[in-house]
Amino acid sequence: MSLRIVVCVKYVPDATGDRHFAEDLTVDRDDVDGLLSELDEYAVEQALQIKEANDGEAEITVLTVGPEDATDALRKALSMGADKAVHVEDDDLHGTDALGTSLVLAKAIEKTGYDVVVCGMASTDGTMGVLPALLAERLGVPQATQLSQVAVADGKVTGRRDGDTASEQLEAALPAVVSVTDQSGEARYPSFKGIMAAKKKPLETLDLDDLDIEADEVGLEGAWTKVESADERPARTKGTIVTDEGEGAKQLAEFLAGQKFI
Amino acid sequence: MAEVLVYVDHVDGAVRKPTLELLTLARRIGEPVAVHLGAGVDTAAPVLAEHGAVKVLAADAPEFADYLVAPKVDALQAAYDAVSPAAVLLPSSAEGKEIGARLAVRIGSGIITDAVDVEAGDEGPVATQSVFAASYTTKSRITKGTPVITVKPNSAAPEAAPAAGAVEQLAVTVADASKGTKIVSRTPRESTGRPELTEAAIVVSGGRGVNGAENFPVIEALADSLGAAVGASRAAVDAGWYPHTNQVGQTGKSVSPQLYIAAGISGAIQHRAGMQTSKTIVAINKDAEAPIFDLVDYGVVGDLFDVVPALTDEVKSRKG
Ligand SMILES: Cc1cc2nc3c(=O)[nH]c(=O)nc-3n(C[C@H](O)[C@H](O)[C@@H](O)COP(=O)(O)OP(=O)(O)OC[C@H]3O[C@@H](n4cnc5c(N)ncnc54)[C@H](O)[C@@H]3O)c2cc1C
Ligand SMILES: Cc1cc2nc3c(=O)[nH]c(=O)nc-3n(C[C@H](O)[C@H](O)[C@H](O)COP(=O)(O)OP(=O)(O)OC[C@H]3O[C@@H](n4cnc5c(N)ncnc54)[C@H](O)[C@@H]3O)c2cc1C
Repeated sequence: MSLRIVVCVKYVPDATGDRHFAEDLTVDRDDVDGLLSELDEYAVEQALQIKEANDGEAEITVLTVGPEDATDALRKALSMGADKAVHVEDDDLHGTDALGTSLVLAKAIEKTGYDVVVCGMASTDGTMGVLPALLAERLGVPQATQLSQVAVADGKVTGRRDGDTASEQLEAALPAVVSVTDQSGEARYPSFKGIMAAKKKPLETLDLDDLDIEADEVGLEGAWTKVESADERPARTKGTIVTDEGEGAKQLAEFLAGQKFI
Repeated sequence: MAEVLVYVDHVDGAVRKPTLELLTLARRIGEPVAVHLGAGVDTAAPVLAEHGAVKVLAADAPEFADYLVAPKVDALQAAYDAVSPAAVLLPSSAEGKEIGARLAVRIGSGIITDAVDVEAGDEGPVATQSVFAASYTTKSRITKGTPVITVKPNSAAPEAAPAAGAVEQLAVTVADASKGTKIVSRTPRESTGRPELTEAAIVVSGGRGVNGAENFPVIEALADSLGAAVGASRAAVDAGWYPHTNQVGQTGKSVSPQLYIAAGISGAIQHRAGMQTSKTIVAINKDAEAPIFDLVDYGVVGDLFDVVPALTDEVKSRKG
C-alpha cells in the first residue's frame, strides 16, 4: 500500500511587506501580497524526500485552510512536486483561531485519509507553533514535532528534535503528525516542468458542509480567543549613529556606561 | 481567591527563571499553584514557595522522560481536574506551547501563546502579545473555557512573595495513547557557562559580518566582558560558524534582553522578529545603510574587527 502523506500549508501575508490588522482585528489580507509560508516549504520538501526514500510509493496531498487566494500556496506546493491539493474555503471561516483551524484541518485530514501528516514548525504570520500538537491531540495519533531531521520507513517515523537542553532522537508508529524545522534541509525550487505540471494536478475545494462543521464552531463568532486591541508599535526613536574613525569603541563604551550597562 | 496553575520548567529541580516570572504574573490573577513534573521537587519546592506558590503539585513517572509531551499533558490535566483553576500559565518554549495546546483541546479552552504580559481583566486575564515581528502590540483574551496562556521569557521581573508552597503528590495515570512518541535517546547540550540566551540581561550577537567560525571568539570575548549570552544570525548559523541553538530570530530564539548588541548583522525582518523587543539596541556594522540602524539606540558605522575588540578592552578597563 502506498504511503498517504498530507502536508498542511498556510497562505500568509508576505513578511517583508507591510502587514496590518483590518478593522475587525483580523489580518488584513487585501493590503499585502500573500504567499506559501516559507517554513511550510520545508514541510513540502521533507514530504517529497520521504516519497523519494520510499521509491516513489507515496501520494502527497497538500492541504490548506484559507481564503480564495490560498490556491496560490497550493499551486506552489504542487509545482514543487506534490501530487494533489485540498483547499478548505468558506466565508464562515474568516477570523478562525488556532483551536478552530485545528478542528477544520483534522476533519479535512480524516476525510482525505493519511498515514503521516507533515507540518511546518510555525506559520510566518501567527507564529504560534501549536497546530501540529493540536492536530495530534484531535486525531489521537503520536506527534513527532520540531524535527530537524526526519525519516519514514517500515511504518515508523523517526527523527531528531533539537531542544533547549538536549537533542532527542524520537520514534513513533504511523499514523502520526510530524512538524519539521528550517534545519531539516533547503527546500527545492519548482522547475519549469513542475510549474507546468502543477496546472493539471487535481485541486479539490471543500466547504464546512463537506466537513460536517457548523458555522458557529469556527470564524470570529466561534473563536476561543478574542483580540481586543491591536496597536501599531510606535517606531523606535532614531538613536545616535556615529562613524568609527578610531573613537567608535570609546564612544559606544561611553553610551553603555551612561545606560549603566558597564 | 481563584487558583492559577503554573507549569514548572526545570532541570532536575533547578527551576528556570521564566517559571519565577510566571509565578509573579500568576499572582496578578489569582493564587499560583505550581505543577512540578519529574525528579527534583524537594529542590524546587522552596524556590517555588519563595516566589508565591501556595501549593506545589508534584508527580514523577518514567513516562515523562521516555515519551514526548503527551504524558505531561495527562499530568497537567490531572492537576487541572484537582484544582479547577482560573487560568493555566506555561513558558513559551516549544514544549510549553505544545503541552498548553493539547491541554486546551482537552478542556475545551482557547490558547494564547508568546504573551509578553498578563493582567487581570473584567472578563478574565488579558494577554499582551507582540506580533508581526514586533510591529504590533495586541491585547487578547480567551472567551471559552479556562484561559491557557504561554508567556515569553523576560516578560516580568521575578518577585519574591513567600507562600506556603507545601508539596502535594499528584496522582497521574499516563494513558496508553500518550505513549505514542518514544524518546529513544537524549544528548544533553554542553553548558558554555554563559547565561541562557533567552534569559540573559545582555545578548551580543554576530552575523555574516563575523566572517568565519574562527572569528566568533571576538564576539564571545565582548559577551564575556559584559556577562552576556552569545547569539548569532541565521546566516552565521547556516554557514556553520555557530550552533543553531544560539540563533536569534523567527526560527531561532526570541530574546528580549535589557541590551542587545548586533555585530555584522544587517537586520532582516526574520532576525528583527527575534530581538526587536529588546530594551536597548546597539549595532556595529560597516554599512551605514544597513536596516538594523533603523532600530538602534546607538549605532557605530565601522568594521567590527576594529570596534568589537576595542570595546571589549574598554569594558574590561572600566569594570576594573
Ligand atoms: C499575529 C497573529 C496572532 C495570533 N494569535 C493567536 C492566538 O494567540 N491564539 C489563537 O488561537 N489564534 C491566534 N491567531 C490565529 C492563528 O494564527 C490561526 O488561526 C491559525 O492558523 C493557527 O496558528 P498559526 O498560524 O500560528 O500556526 P502555527 O501553529 O504556527 O502553524 C504550524 C503549522 O501548522 C500548519 N498550519 C497552520 N495554519 C494552517 C492553515 N490555515 N492551513 C493549513 N495548515 C496550517 C502549517 O503546516 C504550519 O507550518 C493569530 C493570528 C495572527 C496573524
Ligand atoms: C523563513 C525564514 C526564517 C528565517 N529565520 C531567521 C532567524 O531566525 N534569524 C536570522 O537571523 N535570520 C533568519 N532568516 C534569514 C534572514 O532573512 C537573513 O538572511 C539573515 O538574518 C541575514 O543574516 P546576517 O544579517 O548575518 O547577514 P547579511 O544580511 O549578509 O548581513 C551581514 C552584515 O554584516 C555587515 N558586515 C560585513 N562585514 C562586516 C565587518 N567586518 N564589520 C561590520 N559589519 C560587517 C554587512 O554590512 C551586512 O550588513 C530567515 C529567513 C527565512 C526566509
